[in-house]
Amino acid sequence: MEIPKSFLGYKRENGRVGTRNHVIILPVDDISNACAEAVSNNIKGTIALPHSYGRLQFGADLELHFRTMIGTAKNPNVAAAIIIGIEPKWTKRIVDEVSKTGKPVEGFSIEGAGDIETIMKASKKAQEFSIWASEKQREECPISDLWISVKCGESDTTSGLASNPTVGNLMDKLEPHGVHLCFGETSELTGAESVCAKRGKTKEAQDKFMKTWNDYNDFILKEATDDLSESQPTAGNIAGGLTTIEEKAFGNFQKIGSRKFIDVLTPAEEPTKGPGLYFMDTSSAAAECVTLQAAGGFNIHLFPTGQGNIIGNPIEPVIKLTANPLTAVKMSEHIDVDVSKILSREMNLDQAGDELIKATLKIANGRLTCAEALGHKEFVMTKLYRSA
Amino acid sequence: MASTDIIIHDKKDNVGVVVIEKVAPNQTCNCWIMEGDGSTTVNAKNEVPLGHKVALEDLNEGDTIIKYGHDIGKVVKPIKKGEHVHVHNVKTKKW
Repeated sequence: MEIPKSFLGYKRENGRVGTRNHVIILPVDDISNACAEAVSNNIKGTIALPHSYGRLQFGADLELHFRTMIGTAKNPNVAAAIIIGIEPKWTKRIVDEVSKTGKPVEGFSIEGAGDIETIMKASKKAQEFSIWASEKQREECPISDLWISVKCGESDTTSGLASNPTVGNLMDKLEPHGVHLCFGETSELTGAESVCAKRGKTKEAQDKFMKTWNDYNDFILKEATDDLSESQPTAGNIAGGLTTIEEKAFGNFQKIGSRKFIDVLTPAEEPTKGPGLYFMDTSSAAAECVTLQAAGGFNIHLFPTGQGNIIGNPIEPVIKLTANPLTAVKMSEHIDVDVSKILSREMNLDQAGDELIKATLKIANGRLTCAEALGHKEFVMTKLYRSA
Repeated sequence: MASTDIIIHDKKDNVGVVVIEKVAPNQTCNCWIMEGDGSTTVNAKNEVPLGHKVALEDLNEGDTIIKYGHDIGKVVKPIKKGEHVHVHNVKTKKW
């Protein structure tokens, strides 16, 4: 199949391109959720992103919180953003960074005003943003404007056999066209870590990967009661036939095809070394991982599943594919692309990769994902340690 | 082409994955080896469901399970060729 040269996206002020056109109401902290949700209830065409944290965090954990907040609002799938926090200082820090993209952004702080006055002011601004954003039209953009993140979940052996290699086939075909790609899941590469490290394009990237994985493994050895065997593999993985974390890791690893990664990103970090594949240090919990990748600037997500993970994200469309014929039938409302015919050998990997590319472009052009139609918008902050 | 009951990733692998709803005891299973597009057969000893693994040779305690051509864990109970391979007879070498 000839790879399409373009898709229809929303051109943003800073040159990035969105596959969606959201106006977000972003609370800085847990106690501002009520205000943010009230504003999004008032104003059609907006979406609130409630979450659980943002108070008394410090050090690297606080920096990650800011990076996630700022990155989410900067993502090109967001047309405009309202930021609401309890205090003005942290709210302003986010607004100042997001405004550098040139997109409309305005902050509101609740202290000294109360919820009701804040809701009124923020709603007026949100209405202005929503109407402004509704005039934006999709335009033809080169395929290189796609920033594709990947993460698998509720994996079983069909993931490693077929759905993950399908994603790998897409990566092999699209990387030469200048797309940005990102995989993560530090924990779920355990057992394949030294094989994965060798996929670093440079010695620097390889060393950075091993340091990231070793830091994670040291943390597991320090904090875990005995090991990770209670949660890795998960009960769902085991039901699907996955026996060990090593088996899961080698299956997981099929998602990057034969690509090499150019750099290792910290959680929610935006890549800066140009097109190609990046590894991001993330948890393997689906919603946390995708939230971090979206905050890194990725505008469309591929999610292979075996037993049937149902995750979505509020700003980054999550495309599900499965090779498990039972999941494809029993959970069809969650599955965008069915590649189960690979197992019966009625479809080969090359054909499956082409099908996935076609579906990815359709969804980039605006077709809703199953998760979007079902209202899945899991926005989950990664917390590094307890708050002060 | 005969229908495929089990897929084997790599020639070096000593397990294969069931890709039909289940294989039955004494069923002669058609196996497709992805690496090199080869084929073989194995006689199943247990009922093994979709996605679960079948041993392609006799394995002793302490042996290494190879899948994708890589080490994915150790045998903790002897396994006969054709038997179900899973958490009851294989454990991680990590942790």
